[in-house]
Amino acid sequence: MKDKFIKAQQEKLTLGAIDRRQFITSAIAAGIAIPTALSLASDAIAATPKKGGKFRMGLGHGSTTDTLDSGTSENHFTLVNGYTFGNHLTEINNEGKLVGELAETFESDDGKTWVFNLRKGVEFHNGKTMTSEDVLASYEHHMGEKSTSAAKGSLSPVKSIKADGKYKVIMELDSPDTDFPYIVSDYHISIRPAGDMTSGVGTGGYIVQSFEPGVKSVLKRNPNYWKEGAAHFDEVELLSIVDPNARQTALISGEIDAMDRVDLKTINLMKRNPNINIMQATGTAHYTFPMRLNVDPFGDYDLRMALKWAVDRQELVDKILLGYGAVGNDIPIGTANYFHNSDLPQREFDADKAAFHYKKSGHSGKIQLSAADAAFAGAVDAAQLMANSAKKAGIDIEVIREPNDGYWSNVWNNDAKGWCACYWGGRPAETMMFSAAYVAESKWNDTMWKTTDSAVKFNQLVKDARKELDESKKRDILYECQRLIYDDGGLLCPLFNSYVSANSKKIAHGKIAANWDSDGAKCVERWWFA
Amino acid sequence: MHPVVKTVLERLGLGLATLFFVSIIIFSAIEMLPGDFGQAILGQAALPETVAAFRQELGLDKPAYIRYFDWALGAIQGDLGTSFSGRNASGADRSAEVVDKIAPRLWNTLFLASMAALIAVPLSLILGILTALYRNSFFDRSVNTATLTTISFPEFFVAYILILFFASLNQIFPSLANVDPDTNFGERIYRTALPAFTLTLVIVAHMMRMTRAAIINLLASPYIQMAKLSGASQTEIILKHALPNAWAPIATVIAFNLAYLVVGVVVVEVVFVYPGVGQLMVDAVRTRDIPVVQGCALIFAVTYILLNLIADIIGIVTNPRLLHPK
Repeated sequence: MKDKFIKAQQEKLTLGAIDRRQFITSAIAAGIAIPTALSLASDAIAATPKKGGKFRMGLGHGSTTDTLDSGTSENHFTLVNGYTFGNHLTEINNEGKLVGELAETFESDDGKTWVFNLRKGVEFHNGKTMTSEDVLASYEHHMGEKSTSAAKGSLSPVKSIKADGKYKVIMELDSPDTDFPYIVSDYHISIRPAGDMTSGVGTGGYIVQSFEPGVKSVLKRNPNYWKEGAAHFDEVELLSIVDPNARQTALISGEIDAMDRVDLKTINLMKRNPNINIMQATGTAHYTFPMRLNVDPFGDYDLRMALKWAVDRQELVDKILLGYGAVGNDIPIGTANYFHNSDLPQREFDADKAAFHYKKSGHSGKIQLSAADAAFAGAVDAAQLMANSAKKAGIDIEVIREPNDGYWSNVWNNDAKGWCACYWGGRPAETMMFSAAYVAESKWNDTMWKTTDSAVKFNQLVKDARKELDESKKRDILYECQRLIYDDGGLLCPLFNSYVSANSKKIAHGKIAANWDSDGAKCVERWWFA
Repeated sequence: MHPVVKTVLERLGLGLATLFFVSIIIFSAIEMLPGDFGQAILGQAALPETVAAFRQELGLDKPAYIRYFDWALGAIQGDLGTSFSGRNASGADRSAEVVDKIAPRLWNTLFLASMAALIAVPLSLILGILTALYRNSFFDRSVNTATLTTISFPEFFVAYILILFFASLNQIFPSLANVDPDTNFGERIYRTALPAFTLTLVIVAHMMRMTRAAIINLLASPYIQMAKLSGASQTEIILKHALPNAWAPIATVIAFNLAYLVVGVVVVEVVFVYPGVGQLMVDAVRTRDIPVVQGCALIFAVTYILLNLIADIIGIVTNPRLLHPK
């Protein structure tokens, strides 16, 4: 009872509803000793966002070909930069929940027609007021016939999009999708003023001052930002520091305040530094080894099963992720997802089961596994470890080291290679992940799991799930979908990797989102200087 | 025509011919790269339609020889084309001219190169002469060992060691050399100190040892013996008699190292996060931003050819035998 009261009071203090004196008075009244009350007060105040300061962040991505066009945004630098100066119709908040952003509310009766009610009085950095016209133009930028946007695929279910007055946008899908509002939170689909999709004018908490591709982006706080309790820094400098050592040295010597992608090999040395916090978030990102069912011998159920049992997942977590991650269970849905099927038994290395299925498949000879570190850091090593553990089950895996260059075009999702290493950032909604790579019509269906009985059933179930508005029924359907992939699919998913980042102890923040690295890539508008 | 002018013109002509062949090699090498800009920029998200949209927009669907002549004719007129990145079918064209993309980066690279050269060239000449003067002494041996040690380590290692001692343990210099066009001159020198030291350590050995070897080589020749017999001091012999005849090989080595400073310092750029032209070219190759790759390669080729030309000319004008051929 007392704890609850104190906690509530602390929250009030954090939000500024009461001041420090009132808090301490109430704490003493509740029977707390004065020194404890004082320290409780400082804890709560540390969590109060403060305005000001210049935030400098070093990011392990960034290339001289980067642009401010969100359609071709492809690396974490452009992602963080994009979320810093732009907003989207919806957003995933730091609890992993979908909430309206530029759309104050959104609704649908049938999952097919979606109405987005836009927030009124939102201004672009150029002073123009955001209306449905801008939303339409922004969507046209990604959906148009000649569009080169990477979001073209995910917006292909949108049949028509129209405005109803200045503050309402109606989107008609070709089939129901109750998770559609998740898609519009995608970092590609930033809302920009009509007629200017590429110059970096947005509605976000920071205004781009200068942008040097592959070097840095300098921003300053948007004084008219509509979002409350966000964008606390006065100035922001995002630096592209691709070399991990340079990034870490810069953080240690205080030239930057935060960095992403800590080099796991030296993380223990970083931990010793008293001025640095290490943060870890395990989200939806995972490393996979998709087997293509249309390429021999992966069409065989027993062979796939043999390989799934032949991987020592814990060893991969320990050696490839150095413990910063979790074992995968051959489903592309992680524990961070709401409808993660936790009933499926965790697959572990089992030489007997692997040998049993392998024998049943009748296969003999080498099985080729292509890998390159372009897929994920340590992919080639992971493949070698897999080959090693499979040997114990009598399976001969030949690891082929592929060039990093052109990996995504020539190796991954290519019939020339039946089995390769791959990486997925994951999706906040289960149906989105399925649509991205597991339904039959997806162009990124890297397992080509389309025609088996289970796959056919899966495709139908995903359609049902998209239509389903009732949560418990939806859960049942999605659990079954995951079970089908787990048993029959071509997906071998041994690892869920954590995002590991570091920042100076001067930085304060609330709960860290796990949907992307760097607090859902929104650290700039969420964090502040303590 | 004066023989020197004639030789210079000859070399210039040869340089142009070399440049022509180099341009063909650059173009064909880039043609052989797998993948294209659309695939590279969209990565895992590439769909055949979006890739095709990119190809058409960028004119990559035209035959190779037409693209070569378009590019070569443009380059002769100083127009290196427009970068692929930043273009978009819908919305405004935000792409930059290759020249505008390369110029600020090239300026940064030249700045760092000059800074390294200003330290390294006099240092290696002085060390070279001194070691020749006191050859086989303890001084000679220790200078040789030290410079050979620094050249034997990879650049990034030298860079990390310098960072460790001068940026991490003792925060004397910044570890990030992230200059921008607004950085003032003093700040610029301060920020680029560590990369310049790294480069100095990497190139000194080559130039210093060549100076030493060239001078020692000459010390055995009859005219030096003559000078010695006439009673000239050791310093006089080296500076007045040996050095003038040694300039040709020394100039060649210096030119080679200067060219290296301009074209080959991408590793140092990455370690110190210095926005130079090397990183630009690597990024451009990775994303298949072909006009930028070609532009960089061409500028690199011109740098090599020009510096070697200058070294040749220095070799000729300082060498009486080449200056007055029989």
